[in-house]
Amino acid sequence: MKKWWKSGDPWIWLTATSVAISIIIVAGLLVLIAVRGLSHFWPSPVLEADYVDYSTHKQETLVGEMTEKELIPGNPWLMRYLIKTGNRELFGLDFRWVLQSLVKNPVYPENLLAIGRNNGIDIYGYLTEIKAQNQVIADGKNAEIWQILNQRVERAITLNQQIKTITTCVQLRDGTLTTATNLTTEQCAPYYKDTQTQLTQLQQEIARDTLTIEIAAGETLDVAFANIVRVKRLPKSIHHVDYPEEIVVVERREWGNFYGYLQEIKENGNPVSTQNITTALEERLQHTSTLYQKIHTIEKQDIGAINHQLERLRLKERALELAHNKTGEPIDPNALAAIEADRVVLKADYDVLNQQLKQLYQEINRDSVTIKSMDGQVVDVTLAKIVKVYQPNSFTLSQKIGFYFAKMWEFVADEPREANTEGGIFPAIFGTVIMVFIMSFIVTPFGVIAAVYLREYAKQGVLTRIIRIAVNNLAGVPAIVYGVFGLGFFVYFVGGNIDQWFFPEALPAPTFGTGGILWASLTLAILTVPVVIVSTEEGLSRIPSSIREGSLALGATKAETLWRTVLPMASPAMMTGLILAIARAAGEVAPLMLVGVVKLAPSLVVDLNTPFIHLDRKFMHLGFHIYDVGFQSPNVEAARPLVFATSFLLVAVIVILNLTAIWIRNHLREKYKALETA
Amino acid sequence: MVRMETNTTLTHGIDIASLGRGEPTMSLDTETIALEVKGINLYYGTGKQALQDINMRIPSKRVTAYIGPSGCGKSTLLRCFNRMNDLVDGVRIDGKILLDEDDIYHPKVNVSDLRRRVGMVFQKPNPFPKSIYENVAYGLRLQGINNRRVLDEVVEKSLKGAALWDEVKDRLHENALGMSGGQQQRLVIARAIAIEPEVLLLDEPASALDPISTLKIEELINELKTNYTIIIVTHNMQQAARVSDYTAFMYLGELIEFNDTATLFTNPIKKQTEDYITGRYG
Repeated sequence: MKKWWKSGDPWIWLTATSVAISIIIVAGLLVLIAVRGLSHFWPSPVLEADYVDYSTHKQETLVGEMTEKELIPGNPWLMRYLIKTGNRELFGLDFRWVLQSLVKNPVYPENLLAIGRNNGIDIYGYLTEIKAQNQVIADGKNAEIWQILNQRVERAITLNQQIKTITTCVQLRDGTLTTATNLTTEQCAPYYKDTQTQLTQLQQEIARDTLTIEIAAGETLDVAFANIVRVKRLPKSIHHVDYPEEIVVVERREWGNFYGYLQEIKENGNPVSTQNITTALEERLQHTSTLYQKIHTIEKQDIGAINHQLERLRLKERALELAHNKTGEPIDPNALAAIEADRVVLKADYDVLNQQLKQLYQEINRDSVTIKSMDGQVVDVTLAKIVKVYQPNSFTLSQKIGFYFAKMWEFVADEPREANTEGGIFPAIFGTVIMVFIMSFIVTPFGVIAAVYLREYAKQGVLTRIIRIAVNNLAGVPAIVYGVFGLGFFVYFVGGNIDQWFFPEALPAPTFGTGGILWASLTLAILTVPVVIVSTEEGLSRIPSSIREGSLALGATKAETLWRTVLPMASPAMMTGLILAIARAAGEVAPLMLVGVVKLAPSLVVDLNTPFIHLDRKFMHLGFHIYDVGFQSPNVEAARPLVFATSFLLVAVIVILNLTAIWIRNHLREKYKALETA
Repeated sequence: MVRMETNTTLTHGIDIASLGRGEPTMSLDTETIALEVKGINLYYGTGKQALQDINMRIPSKRVTAYIGPSGCGKSTLLRCFNRMNDLVDGVRIDGKILLDEDDIYHPKVNVSDLRRRVGMVFQKPNPFPKSIYENVAYGLRLQGINNRRVLDEVVEKSLKGAALWDEVKDRLHENALGMSGGQQQRLVIARAIAIEPEVLLLDEPASALDPISTLKIEELINELKTNYTIIIVTHNMQQAARVSDYTAFMYLGELIEFNDTATLFTNPIKKQTEDYITGRYG
């Protein structure tokens, strides 16, 4: 043993184990996120089932997608299913939990009981037999067992009642109890004689009966009827499950999904006779979705551009006014007239577009479809509100795969709908990537220049050492602190002053004096600048002095040596710093919430309106999106899979950004590779 | 290298007949002087004096070698000639070094210009991590010469001058770090002569190389002295004897003896010199 210890083998095992554990943790995390996130897009079949509600015993039809199932904790016989029933305008909720008793023995499912006991703890299980005076009077196969059970329970309850009455009367007589609500002295009178005998007799009688139930596979429990206060049968709540092919899922722009059966297509409110309703609907949907695209383009781009220009005109006018207030000189009437003329032109353009829109809306609202929901209600849905209609139960495998990728593409490339619980997350991906880019453009030169000064020019002494320690410590400051600093310094101080100097015409509405992508990127840049400084300094110090001397000996100045030799050779180290900075910045959420991230940004940071890149705009971010969808969403059940999908995407985005940086770094390293051996 | 197998006395394994490269009558008095060292004292920041009142005249277009035990100050003195010691923190130098009658330590001297005139090759080959071509062109590009034709010409000439052209002419644009150590050292020499310095300082240029590469470097030094004043520091006395015309022996920061190589090795004046070259210490 001692020899084994000395050989160093345990040490190898210890180190290998910790590596293995780390790998398992990371892989497990990724697999969990990937599986739960990516499985969300697979089309699940839509079931139709007869359902008996556990508490009301009413029978109804259940239509929806089974999204989750779990055993009720501590109870092996009851399962609950989460069913996405959609049709929110009818039921108020998209999701519904339904209870299902697990049928062990399909012949006697009714033997599953919930027994309420006088100690307050319910037990669940299969009734196997009832005994009276240790004689089995009924077993689980007996058809009358339920009746017998009820009789016995009633008897036990009555007996219990009597015992209780007697004890209360005794207490009244002894004076331990002064008043009793429902007992009079007359009622108590018969019990005052031979009290003890009566009690003993009753207790013997009540203890006579027991029942045996199976609480888990092979495990039985005897329960005395004396302890039972109520018995409830757990019906098999879901039965007759079916997957009819004609069920359609209607994905809508508002109100979520609708599940039901297609009834008829209407044009201007009048039914249209069709041979095949599904194909007819498909054709009409194609038509409306092109119209919708047109409307979307006009509203977002064309009218958006006009509004943008109108706003600029307003600001121009306001600027003239402000200048007038300040100097007292009269406003140049020509300038005003020019603005007015521009405005008239824009208004005319707007009217034309508005006219087009009106026509388009009329056209798009022409068609509608009626759908019968599971409880027989018929709902009329305009095609304009429909994203797509599909019949998942009739899908072949290839159709399912196609649907899966279409859905995934929608998630990556579309804008969010329904309070971020439907549609895609493209704006969040875009915002994250753009923010990381802006941050990189700020942090790299800044960090590199600082590192060059610290390493190459500053006199190495106490002061530089203090600065170096301070920089290292900055890397450990909690991110939220940077967020508070960013809000106070960048947003309110710098942004506020920029507004005062450059955008006074827009005040009191802030331009840069509010959170925006520029401030968020700057905040993250200060957050990550220590990392870049440290790794660049390390890179600079690793360059052999012989290389510097070689350059100096050829007549280069220090600056020339830096630019031509030292900095290129240190570039892999700078890239390492940038990689670390990106890894930290892309995953940061807390500071961003203070300096410009929003739940839903109306427009992207880059668009077609001058000046094309709007650094003052607020933006969406994947990390914040996870927080928002997961924990701030009104529709938790719908949001849950999206949290995993978004997490997966965030990890993917960070990995892609990092891989790109690593690829660049390796490329640079290859160029200067002999440095390592020198 | 021609060795004459005649009646030669061997002192410490040195072939006396080959001393001074067959020019037995050499005298400092008849040489043109390239560099004149006048009363150089050098102190390091720690207070240690590394050079003590060095006075000497270095002849033009000759090979002058410094020998002496480790820590005697020969490399330090060499680095004074192109003011490389300026890079060391806390160094103080007084005295003068005249290059063409101008003091290189005059405050108005442009150090970059000086280093262009006094090139240097270091102990360990230190090519830049660039192509062979760019290494040689480095000094010219620093001077703002970017004309392709001029650069091509100079690169070829310098590589030929460093006896490297035939080996690398087909891979001029490959990374210089892929060459062998000996090739790298010759490349560094080519890089130094590309800017046509007046003086070439060699700081133990062959100490990191194998015997064959050493031989090549030594032959190269012999060729280069027709155009350049060469000052070489070496640990290896045989090498000093083989390549140099004049040799200076230094000990503990002082210049003990400076004479033509043949005289210094065969007939040293000072006892310390004799002790050193006969191997009593060092």
